Amino acid sequence: MLRTKRKRAEQAADLLLQSQIGEEERFRDLMRRMVRENKTAAASFVLIVLMVLAAALGPLLTPYGENEMDLLHRLAAPSAEHLLGTDEGGRDVLTRLLYGARVSLLIGVAPALLSLILGAALGVAAGYRGGLTDAVIMRVADVTLAFPSMLLAMVIMYALGGGILNVFLTLTLVNWANVARVVRAQTLKLKNCEFVEAARIIGVSRGRIMRRHILPNCLPTLLVLFTLNIPASILTESSLSFLGLGIQPPNASWGLMINTGRQYLYSAPWLCFAPGAAIMLIVLAFNFLGNGLLDVLDPRMKKQ
Amino acid sequence: MNEKTLEVRGLTVCIPTEKGVICPVNDVSLEVPAGSITGIVGESGCGKSMTARAVMGLLRYPAKVTGGSVLLGGREITSLPEKERRKLRGAEISMIFQEPMTSLNPVVKVGRQVEEAVRLHTACSREEARARTLEMFREVEIPEPESRLDCYPHQLSGGLRQRVMIAMAMVCRPKLLIADEPTTALDVTVEAQILKLLERLRDAGTSVLLISHNLGVIAKVCDYVYVMYAGRIVEQAETNTIFSRPEHPYTRGLFRSVASLREGGGVLETIPGVVPNLLRLPAGCSFSLRCGQCADNCRERMPELRETEPDHKVRCFLPGKEETE
Amino acid sequence: MVKRNLARRLVQALIVLTGVTLLIFVMLRIVPGNPVETMMGEHANAETVARMTAEMGLDQPLHVQFFRYISSAVRGDFGTSYSMGKPVSRLIGGAFVNTLILALFAALFAWVVGIACGIFSAVRKNRLPDRLFMGFSLLGISLPVFMAAMFLQYVFAFRLQWLPISGTESWTGFILPAVALGWNSAGQVAQMTRTTLLETLQEDYIDTARAKGRGPFGVLIRHALRNAMLPVLTMMAIQFSGLLSGAVITETVFSINGVGRLMVQAISGRDIPLLQATSLLATTVVILGSLLADCLYSVLDPRIRKEG
Repeated sequence: MLRTKRKRAEQAADLLLQSQIGEEERFRDLMRRMVRENKTAAASFVLIVLMVLAAALGPLLTPYGENEMDLLHRLAAPSAEHLLGTDEGGRDVLTRLLYGARVSLLIGVAPALLSLILGAALGVAAGYRGGLTDAVIMRVADVTLAFPSMLLAMVIMYALGGGILNVFLTLTLVNWANVARVVRAQTLKLKNCEFVEAARIIGVSRGRIMRRHILPNCLPTLLVLFTLNIPASILTESSLSFLGLGIQPPNASWGLMINTGRQYLYSAPWLCFAPGAAIMLIVLAFNFLGNGLLDVLDPRMKKQ
Repeated sequence: MNEKTLEVRGLTVCIPTEKGVICPVNDVSLEVPAGSITGIVGESGCGKSMTARAVMGLLRYPAKVTGGSVLLGGREITSLPEKERRKLRGAEISMIFQEPMTSLNPVVKVGRQVEEAVRLHTACSREEARARTLEMFREVEIPEPESRLDCYPHQLSGGLRQRVMIAMAMVCRPKLLIADEPTTALDVTVEAQILKLLERLRDAGTSVLLISHNLGVIAKVCDYVYVMYAGRIVEQAETNTIFSRPEHPYTRGLFRSVASLREGGGVLETIPGVVPNLLRLPAGCSFSLRCGQCADNCRERMPELRETEPDHKVRCFLPGKEETE
Repeated sequence: MVKRNLARRLVQALIVLTGVTLLIFVMLRIVPGNPVETMMGEHANAETVARMTAEMGLDQPLHVQFFRYISSAVRGDFGTSYSMGKPVSRLIGGAFVNTLILALFAALFAWVVGIACGIFSAVRKNRLPDRLFMGFSLLGISLPVFMAAMFLQYVFAFRLQWLPISGTESWTGFILPAVALGWNSAGQVAQMTRTTLLETLQEDYIDTARAKGRGPFGVLIRHALRNAMLPVLTMMAIQFSGLLSGAVITETVFSINGVGRLMVQAISGRDIPLLQATSLLATTVVILGSLLADCLYSVLDPRIRKEG
């Protein structure tokens, strides 16, 4: 008997929510508008898609293997045979770059996603519940943010040891606090909105309110944060690998390629500059996309 | 005295936009005689503020004066180089704005802001400037002036802030003060005080050009009134004349709406339609789309300003005609 | 009123600092394996390891270790470096000076260049200088520190030989690393300055200033900038944290003996005391930086002063 009552209450609250969201632009229309107004963001999107394709399919198309050594042709300058030259083991740089793209993109996206989920969950909890939960979560976030991101990453890597999985974990832990703070701020604003009050009065549970009413309204912000966190993760990872603390050989990651290429900076500068340029391009692309999204979603957020 | 403090002849201001050129001020001519308070009245967007800014030389890019001239005390100032123009601003001709809250620099003490006006135009020391500021504060009746000198704008009320603005504008004893909606953002009681202050300034020798959309304000203090619509002067006369015998349909419409508000009960009279988009003005008279007595002639040609009685000009082919139902 | 707020923030900062110390402490000790074993490497046999462990107090429960650490730290004793055998405080002392100079140079570069570019861009909006400077700032934001560092080293030190490749014997050795480090911040500052200045120039009090007879230069400097700089200043304080992050890389590339490089060495050498002390130092600097920024903001914006 009580269960059906609750179910009905939840349905009513959902209907209320629908009427709120229904007025707003659909996602597809937003994307269309962004492409129309912001050419750089659109171009960045295309570039990112191309990079993903290159990362996925590229290694299949090159004639060389990832670790195919050719000691006779070490440190060769870019030529028709090796478009970006060879490294100290005679391996084709372009091929390594493409394999490294897989790692770098993964390193960018996965931790960004994880920290988004973690940060959003904690942020909503802190904002909605307030009190002790809020205080504790925010203090932990402050502590995390008090650390310069690189230093925090380094210390965590030390504690966990090397390896890709640990790099994921590290990057997640470094980035969640930012997300949490923003989500908390949004939650505080939304908490006092009418549809939330209505849901509360009807008797919808706290958890459900947080999940179905508050979080969906944070989606635009979360999307922007996600897009902007990816380049941050990529940069942190490449910096870590550059210092020898992140991905270990023989896996290729762009940061690691730069690290090993450093010794040959003066004799074979392409070893450093090729992966470096790749990093720059992808970071730029994601930043443009993120800012484009922000511009397009901003008036929508203001309405809330 | 029949000296004219300000004379504007055929002033035109145009703004190039993506969709075409618009002229928010179109062939405007007016005068401010010495020792008078002259008013410009009209709805928002009719070009009165733009006219004021053009006179001051404060147009914001890309708006530009494209025709006409402005004479201050008989001296042509539109063709002056910017440097000379700047010397006049604040010293010979001043302006106060509508929003005292945002018109003062929030991070500088108000005393300093007024002192700045003094030191820009006269070579004097900090102490002298401060003394003059204090004196001015007393003249504009700011209570406890010494302590107010070191206040920040956010520490003062709206009325006080407007008094500070007036002090800042008057401290160099300009010939002309332009007041752009000076009381719109203030309470009614404060409004009365500020208007009284403007009258005192006028009596002390400064001519005032008062701009407002509030007919009550205009009626209270102005000697002569210009009515503006869509960038043009449509009627001008002495205050008494215009309030007792308005002849342009727009002016009449304005008065009717205010009267219906005051009398209460029944229908609130409004002028049908909206202010025209300056990009798509009607071919003839700008008011033709909303005019109750519009004839075919009105839709084809723009009427000239014609005198219907001494010192009363109207821009209409059928002035004073009663409206057909 | 201001003092009470300052006290409150100081207490908050102390809490965060203690939290950080605790966090680092715990994190470093959950590492599996006995650090003594790692230190001694092949020479480790069970007896010696046990003896050394007891000597260094590593067999005590965690909270005891923590209190001992805090009490000696307050007296300035941060333990002895595992990998280098010297007292940590001495190692850090010299390095800290280098890092501080580097960070200050970088900050100076970032702020001077950033603000100048921002102002110029805003004043010449949408014309060539604007597009040029904003392009540079974009480059600054997306170029990773290590790329900037290596690029600068390659071009200016190796190829053109204008500046030293590494080391800090003369002050010129700080120039390239400072630019590499500050490049990113400069870009952010330039963009923010441009935005806030453009917004400020639309405000009503700018009209008032012009109506008083102020020329364009005077309006810009005495009225617009004073207001526009406030948010930029807050941002600059936040950037300090990023500067320290980047210092790690710059010091490595240019072989500067600084706190960042020490940290990297501490990690590869599994040197807990050194790592602990360097992390603590870094965090303290960041916390102090943001505290300073808050105070500065209160001083500069009279509207905030009232509420504290």
